[in-house]
Amino acid sequence: MRNMLIIAKREFKGYFATPLALVFIVIFLALTGAFAFYVGGFFTRGNADLVSFFGYHPWLFLLLVPAIGMRLWAEERKSGTIELLMTLPVSTLDAVLGKFLAAWAFCGLALALTFPMWITVNMLGSPDNGVILASYIGSFVMAGAFLSISSCISSLTKNQVIAFIISATVCFLFTMSGAQLVLNFFQGWAPGYLVDALRSMSFLTHFDAVTRGVIDIKDVVFFGSLMVMWLFLNVIAVELNKGR
Amino acid sequence: MAEMIALSHLTKRFGPLTAVDGIDLSVNKGEVLGFLGPNGAGKSTTMKMVTGFLSPTEGSATVDGIDVTRDPVGVKQRIGYLPEGAPCYGDMAPRGFLNFIADIRNLSGIARNASIDQVIERVEIADVMDQPIETLSKGFKRRVGLAQAILHNPPVLILDEPTDGLDPNQKHQVRTLIQQMASDKAVIISTHILEEVEAVCTRAVIIARGKLLADGMPEDLLKRSPLHNAVEIKVSPAAADEIAKDLASLTSVGQVERSTSIDAQTLFSVTSKTGAPIAPEVAAMLKEKGHAVSDLKTEKGALDAVFREITRGGSAAAKTETANA
Repeated sequence: MRNMLIIAKREFKGYFATPLALVFIVIFLALTGAFAFYVGGFFTRGNADLVSFFGYHPWLFLLLVPAIGMRLWAEERKSGTIELLMTLPVSTLDAVLGKFLAAWAFCGLALALTFPMWITVNMLGSPDNGVILASYIGSFVMAGAFLSISSCISSLTKNQVIAFIISATVCFLFTMSGAQLVLNFFQGWAPGYLVDALRSMSFLTHFDAVTRGVIDIKDVVFFGSLMVMWLFLNVIAVELNKGR
Repeated sequence: MAEMIALSHLTKRFGPLTAVDGIDLSVNKGEVLGFLGPNGAGKSTTMKMVTGFLSPTEGSATVDGIDVTRDPVGVKQRIGYLPEGAPCYGDMAPRGFLNFIADIRNLSGIARNASIDQVIERVEIADVMDQPIETLSKGFKRRVGLAQAILHNPPVLILDEPTDGLDPNQKHQVRTLIQQMASDKAVIISTHILEEVEAVCTRAVIIARGKLLADGMPEDLLKRSPLHNAVEIKVSPAAADEIAKDLASLTSVGQVERSTSIDAQTLFSVTSKTGAPIAPEVAAMLKEKGHAVSDLKTEKGALDAVFREITRGGSAAAKTETANA
């Protein structure tokens, strides 16, 4: 626990040692704003809510979260520092969780910096702030789920670009698994329970439920168990690949 | 003396490749063990297994009585390790990096600051404490890596090519540092610089193709050199033939090789038949016969030659070497 936090602290500071943090936050804020105002029609909708803002988060995270996660392990392996890290008196779990927490906290920071959206909507009308809070929590948890996928895949390669592309693809499949586009592909031949299982894996379905203001225990369990599973795979992948 | 590191039939296979093949070895407190071997011999892989980075395919490694596969974190607490190439987090400055290591090593309070200050002084990095590590020269990077390894004053120090890529002054510094710390630690350093072994190691082992081929004090290894205790004499060409005859008549002399030096003098390289010192006898003979000699020196033998002979000797030679060791 202690070691995990030390690693998380080092990692988190690391984001700010390079322009990465600045670039990421600026682009994230610009894109969330642009999508909410221009594509989502924040003003023309005439409703005092942030649906047009949160609705695009799955799509933004799809690209931006793997960009955060790709370096987590691939960079350590490429530069050889993994040998330093893994010969310090820390367990692999500490290292995996520490790095994950740092990246997740960073996503949280980027998300928190969208607060002007919340101020704007409160000045223009009187939105249901409970729904907005639930949506923020949902968005943060979803980012964590995307990040656990990216972190795990990052530990499978030394190449950050490969880590990014594969992570983004896997995240895309998870996001879209409820859409007809993906389901049609399976419906012809797969048994019904498999199609249902696939549909239930969809980030969109679970995230939509949360943004309507209902934090259902099954959505929480969904994202939570997904993170646990991917981080568990991450620990195994680090153990198996560290020496290569 | 306390045994700090014990390797028992340590083996590592990567698929069909056997990188380390059944190494048995023990290192005591106060010893500086030089790990010698050509590139790809299995030196680094062995070190990675001792430090818990790789797990052995067979056999075991114990540090201070703790088995590395049973309690890897316990072993890692007792080891200071400098990986090959001294990898460090490039975007951090040495100060932040050493603070991170101190946190992870669970140093706190006065002891923590004292250790950091001491280590900065020992490896002389005070001037670069706030520059990102990636902007530092190779010598400084290596020293930061070394600082990281010795920060918690570990009882076991494992250094993979600590002086690789350093200039002669920096090499000398690092060697002095190792010697200073050696008395109360068990140290393993890997290197393919043979002079380093003679300079800092109390014991040397030679590894090739994953096997331990020789184990002994650097002086013992030198004795295996055909040139050990050989004598080189420089004489004028006029008297050369007669001297050659006289040299051959000595019973302790092995082979006599004749060559011409740059200044047109004749050089005799006289090896010892048994490896025992022959210089007094040769000198006495020359004096008795009244030969004029412009130079006479004894050879220690080069570790390079021994190294080449052992590591290239093929499997038959390797077997006899291990039997002797």
